[in-house]
Amino acid sequence: MENTTDNSPGNHVRFSNETASRTGHVSQTLICIRCPLGCRITVDLSGKDIKSITGNTCKRGEDYARREMTAPARTVTTTVRVSGGSSPMVPVKTKTDIPKDKIFDCIRCLKDICVSAPVHIGDVILTDAAGTGVDIVATKEIPRM
Amino acid sequence: MYDVIIIGAGVSGAAAARELSRWHLKICVLEREEDVCCGTSKANSGIVHAGFDAPPGTLMAKLNVRGSELMGKLSEELDFPFRRTGSLVVCRDIRDIPRLEELKTRGETNGVKGLRILSRSELAAMEPNISDDAAAALYAPSAGIVCPFGLNIGLAENAAANGVEFRFNTRVSGIQKISGGWQISTDNGEYQARIVVNAAGVYADWIHNMVSRRKLRITPRKGEYCLLDRSAGGHVTHTIFTLPGKFGKGVLVTPTVHGNLLIGPTAADISDKDGTDTTAEGLSKVMKKARLNVRDIPADKVITSFAGLRAHEDGHEFIIGEPEDAEGFIDCAGIESPGLTSSPAIGEMISDLVCKKLSPARRTDFIAERKGFFSPASLGPRERSELIRKEPSYGNIICRCEMISEGEIIDAIQRPLGARSLDGVKRRVRAGMGRCQSGFCMPRVMEILARELDCPVSEITKSGGTSHIIRGTVKDSFKGDTES
Amino acid sequence: MSSYDIVIIGGGPAGLAAAAGAREQGIESILILERDKELGGILNQCIHNGFGLHTFKEELTGPEYAARFVSRIHELKIEYKLDTMVVEIRPDRDAESACSVKKVTAVNHTDGMFVIDAKAVILAMGCRERPRGALNIPGFRPSGIFSAGTAQRLVNIDGRLPGREVVILGSGDIGLIMARRMTLEGAKVKVVAELMPYSGGLKRNIVQCLDDYNIPLKLSHTVIDIRGKKRLEGVTIARVDERGKPVPGTEEYYSCDTLLLSVGLIPENELSDKMGIRLDPVTRGPVVNESLETSQEGVFACGNVLHVHDLVDYVSEEAAAAGIRAALYVRRAGDRSPGMSCPDSKDNTQSQSPKETADLPLTVCPSDGVRYTVPALIRPSRMPDELTFRFRVDAIYRGCSVNMYLDDKRIRRKTKLIMTPGEMEEIKLFKKDLAGHPDAQRIILRIERADKEVSDGKHN
Repeated sequence: MENTTDNSPGNHVRFSNETASRTGHVSQTLICIRCPLGCRITVDLSGKDIKSITGNTCKRGEDYARREMTAPARTVTTTVRVSGGSSPMVPVKTKTDIPKDKIFDCIRCLKDICVSAPVHIGDVILTDAAGTGVDIVATKEIPRM
Repeated sequence: MYDVIIIGAGVSGAAAARELSRWHLKICVLEREEDVCCGTSKANSGIVHAGFDAPPGTLMAKLNVRGSELMGKLSEELDFPFRRTGSLVVCRDIRDIPRLEELKTRGETNGVKGLRILSRSELAAMEPNISDDAAAALYAPSAGIVCPFGLNIGLAENAAANGVEFRFNTRVSGIQKISGGWQISTDNGEYQARIVVNAAGVYADWIHNMVSRRKLRITPRKGEYCLLDRSAGGHVTHTIFTLPGKFGKGVLVTPTVHGNLLIGPTAADISDKDGTDTTAEGLSKVMKKARLNVRDIPADKVITSFAGLRAHEDGHEFIIGEPEDAEGFIDCAGIESPGLTSSPAIGEMISDLVCKKLSPARRTDFIAERKGFFSPASLGPRERSELIRKEPSYGNIICRCEMISEGEIIDAIQRPLGARSLDGVKRRVRAGMGRCQSGFCMPRVMEILARELDCPVSEITKSGGTSHIIRGTVKDSFKGDTES
Repeated sequence: MSSYDIVIIGGGPAGLAAAAGAREQGIESILILERDKELGGILNQCIHNGFGLHTFKEELTGPEYAARFVSRIHELKIEYKLDTMVVEIRPDRDAESACSVKKVTAVNHTDGMFVIDAKAVILAMGCRERPRGALNIPGFRPSGIFSAGTAQRLVNIDGRLPGREVVILGSGDIGLIMARRMTLEGAKVKVVAELMPYSGGLKRNIVQCLDDYNIPLKLSHTVIDIRGKKRLEGVTIARVDERGKPVPGTEEYYSCDTLLLSVGLIPENELSDKMGIRLDPVTRGPVVNESLETSQEGVFACGNVLHVHDLVDYVSEEAAAAGIRAALYVRRAGDRSPGMSCPDSKDNTQSQSPKETADLPLTVCPSDGVRYTVPALIRPSRMPDELTFRFRVDAIYRGCSVNMYLDDKRIRRKTKLIMTPGEMEEIKLFKKDLAGHPDAQRIILRIERADKEVSDGKHN
């Protein structure tokens, strides 16, 4: 029994049982991550409009669900190569969250980048990564060897 | 043409090579793996048996007692860890005491010295963690524990120092009689030799059956073990056997020369000659059976488990000698327990057989001694500092669990027949052998190997062949900057 | 031979915060011994974000969090030695003052082997991962099986990819984080199997590391077979019953070249053990008193070497406290010398010091769902005005309360909407609660069903 999964992060949320009704209403469920409670929140959508948010215990859950449904975003962390440094890689991150569906585009545009040591925390490694308008910055000091 | 080709660089092959290197002979050892000590020799109990198990008159009985006798001197010459700690065969039913007496008599007939039956109280005084059910024991003071890697590697290194050639990654695929000897086909070239020694372990039947009509059958008999952390190493101080049954000596509990506690083996006949996988049933049986004789074995201190394959020949006897129909082909087959103990004597016997046929001259320049792996931890603080000043790599601790320095790992790689893989380093200097099982040191040992062998890290393997550690570099499967 | 007031073993988050804590108490002579080539410890390879929300009120990556503490060490001009492995710590007495000293033996490639005298030692060596052997997973032993932290180092520090098709056993945070890291670096993560019916990781990591990438999480599943003689070829996963035994007929084979293990962390306890320090069988770290002092006088412990934390912020907080308490210890010892015997040196401070016979230590007893507590002993006279107990629970509890009893009198109750084994809990003890109970012997912590009137109203 071979399992196959698609690891690309689309705008969908897993655990989301999309139930479409004849009227174009859709309901999705997602798990709130704002606290360990992990509320299972149901969001009713009509097209792109949120009709209702239920299942959350507090306001933070509602905010989370609203954001996840309309504009899910993540900070991406990865590494790029360094030449002449005390370490072959420097860890980097997107300076702020980027849209979730841009994660792999962002990774791809870092593939061939190699920076020269020294690297300082906050150094901009790449501007406007994958058209997100967000810079990639270094998160570690890499002194010159 | 070589005078002698030995197939297999396990402990028997290495012992034969070392003994033969005392003579003016051109010798080569063919080994299918990337290192010595990769088959049965690396996965066993590491016990030097006293010699009371095998029936009197058998080759097993004779070579066991002789091997045990030779082991002390050999460990000094070749500088590998060996200690005569003594063994105890425990019975849990007073009605079985006559069977202990029987073993004792058999041992005495075989020439084992110092055997003694211990009462429950004597036993408990010797081994405070012995089971409450233990009724009596047969004590064999001459039994001991040995580092199987140290013994095998020591023999091989010494053979190499005396001119024996070793060909690794060389798998024998065929043997044919040619005029004056044998033609051996491998996946790494053709070889000719006047005499072939078949020390191929669980494959010895396969090799033998290529040249002889009198067929041999060797069944891999799997033995599973659990190795416990050093902090459990003092749980017993002798090797604790149970009364032997049909499948051999049963599950034992023993300290190892490196201070761990070892329990096992199980015994199950299998068909796969490389079937060294452990099983859930086997591992749970090991723990259950070990606890019959020794109480409070701390299961939470198991650091690894492994399985070895005994080369069990149908007649349960060492097959050493020339088949009638294959002149110049010498079997060294069916070498199961007490094979490790017997190995020094097996080497002698093979050497005698070869010398009778070739009548070589004795070398006067034979080097009998080999320096073992140097351990800075054996030095006092001042000497150790002095050493580090001269060679700073001895001050770089790479393996945190066993406190092994970079210098020791370099030594393991740079010696003759040096390590070529992570397991090779581990067997030589124990880096990765501790409680974290190489979690911390593996990335660094891999880099040291690559640097010393002058090859890319991606070529470094765990145990040769296709056992590479690294599969690529980060992001290498992505196409480049296609979006912008 | 050199000597320091405080020697700190380990320059990770715990060691750095402990050093800063001690310096801020005015201790001049501090030395950090770090076995790696740089300060920061395991944070250097934890390149993901989510660190420091409590401490800095912002989300940092591991290296950024470490860097803040490293700059603090530089500002405070605290000495450290890198690439230095501590081999042994031996309690001894100073010949002149008869005060307790600790002889710390270490080795590195520039100084060779050397011994340092320390008045106090702070253990901050962190933890290590449980290897495959500890689980006794049957099967072959090919390459391609890594503990998650080893893979993290290979990927994040060395830029190497350990494999391309990955199965992960264990849903601890490192396993979850590595599921995402491997995916982002081009590997395919097929499944995460978790033996327990719940994940040991943070909810946020399950959503953002697994759900975001459609990686299935199979709870109550484990690896029952490993195939591949040289390199890993595949693993078999099966569902387990309530007793953790595989259920026949539920086996599923996954072909993969990599198996990552994230099956638990254990305090790095060999130095502690060799020194004869009493260890807690649950945390497997030292048993400590209110000062985070171990059963060996003048030897303190903090961070993951004491008990495995889920958030580094708590490590820093705990370690700073250990630094402060070690500083107080050094000062007290200083006040009594020279020529005086040190009261603290007479006996193990985990038992009462002779002059303070009234100060019998209170034993802290975890019960009813509380697996352990840190600290585990309280000397009332040494008790600060308030003290944080950290603990973990043994299962998921909803709508329950944590209750603190002084013998049989309840002194604290804290209601929680949910508690899970994966998240460390805390409760405070106030010195005033102990006042008027000089004969009390035990503090008991237990989980109870909540009654409605008391609630802290918070979710965390």
